[in-house]
Amino acid sequence: MTGLLVVRPGPLTTVQDLGRRGVAHLGVPRAGALDEPALRAANRLVGNPAGTAGLETTLGGVTLRAVGPQLVAVTGGPAAVRLDGRPVAWGAAVAVPDGSVLDLGPATHGVRGYLAVAGGLTVPPVLGSRSADLLSGLGPAPLTVGQLLPVGPPFASDRADLVPLPAPPAELVLRLQPGPHLDWFAAAARPLLARSRYLVGPASNRIALRTEGPPLPRARADELPSEGMVLGAVQVPPDGRPMVFLADHPTTGGYPVIGVVPAADLPAAAQTRPGTPVRFVPLTR
Amino acid sequence: MDLTFRQVGADALLVRAPDGETVAALYAALLARRDELPAITEIVPAARTVLLDGLADPELTRQRLAGWRLPPHPPADGPLIELPTVYDGADLAEVAALWGCSPAEAVRLHSSFEYRVAFCGFAPGFGYLTGLPAPYEVPRRDTPRSSVPAGSVALAGPYTGVYPRSSPGGWQLLGRTSVALWDTDREPAALLAPGVRVRFVPVAAA
Repeated sequence: MTGLLVVRPGPLTTVQDLGRRGVAHLGVPRAGALDEPALRAANRLVGNPAGTAGLETTLGGVTLRAVGPQLVAVTGGPAAVRLDGRPVAWGAAVAVPDGSVLDLGPATHGVRGYLAVAGGLTVPPVLGSRSADLLSGLGPAPLTVGQLLPVGPPFASDRADLVPLPAPPAELVLRLQPGPHLDWFAAAARPLLARSRYLVGPASNRIALRTEGPPLPRARADELPSEGMVLGAVQVPPDGRPMVFLADHPTTGGYPVIGVVPAADLPAAAQTRPGTPVRFVPLTR
Repeated sequence: MDLTFRQVGADALLVRAPDGETVAALYAALLARRDELPAITEIVPAARTVLLDGLADPELTRQRLAGWRLPPHPPADGPLIELPTVYDGADLAEVAALWGCSPAEAVRLHSSFEYRVAFCGFAPGFGYLTGLPAPYEVPRRDTPRSSVPAGSVALAGPYTGVYPRSSPGGWQLLGRTSVALWDTDREPAALLAPGVRVRFVPVAAA
């Protein structure tokens, strides 16, 4: 079998595609790459369709040995890429001969790296997706040493030589559409959110970007009956600190939602490290 | 029809209903009449709302829905699933005390009602079952357990639920079932999808 053998899994490396759709009513999160444009770019560089499964690394990179010759590309948070110890291109296709070792080093900026391989990772799909969902434990488990990731036959499509790759932001700016529970917050809450500086919290993960900053005052102390939650929902738990729901967010939730971050702003959120300043910019609609 | 609509972000609509019965009726109508609406990716019923997400046209969806007439009561649409249950949960005596009866009577009561999956959440395959009459509602435990065994049949507020896999949980444990609630190799993966009717059948421990 042709594939990629995991030599060093890194702190958290998962298989991701564009996630699961149409199963939220069963309690199944959408999952999928947090920095979706980065996965799409990596796939284009190796001639894969946009939704082909690749790897998402977290801060520390990953080391893989090719079983059979492979063509790979690395995007996302910039990092040093080495082939058998020699530097090779980041953000471009790299041919990896059979038996060679590809090392994606720690991210120098940003958080998450994306590695696509021509033909894609062909782990068994679950409910239409190969994505690992860390909230409910669906899909393939995070990578472990010695695991062989199967790779499919290359697609016949054209490869892009170059794709635009945005730099991870020094400050995260999140636009905010009005949420469905504005009336659950004190009148001062939204202005406070708009003018305060928040920081990305260390507990951020694939489920949510957590923030640290002034707590948002509530107008109502009672409990919200559970309701469906969208990607980008800014939920405010009892501690008053806004959290932005990312790909592995629970499909229903019981804390009020003060706003919704448009999907276009979330890839940048996936690349911000703890301590990065966050600014919320309320939109009228 | 007393539905209210709120757009959530660019492509989702939250539809609020006055009570759980209207939510059930709306959810059944949405599944049956989905073709009359612009494209929708997710239909997520909950306690008092149905979330429509991934909408091709939120405003047109709202207009179409506002014109719908819903039947007054939820249709008994779902299949009936019987869950053989060993009623030996850690909180059975406490629930019986809250209900002012003996544990044996609590088992008889809990297994006498027919339940309906109102919505799912918390974990894949976890259904929020309505059907417990209001006088039998019990609070969550003050301190959640760090691990509730898979298959646990539990109560909280107006809901009964069955934990599909071992997880932390604060509901009152009545017993356990060995039926697999979630199996991705099975079609459907979730035994308890919204609309499914459920009966708990007391059985002796194996």
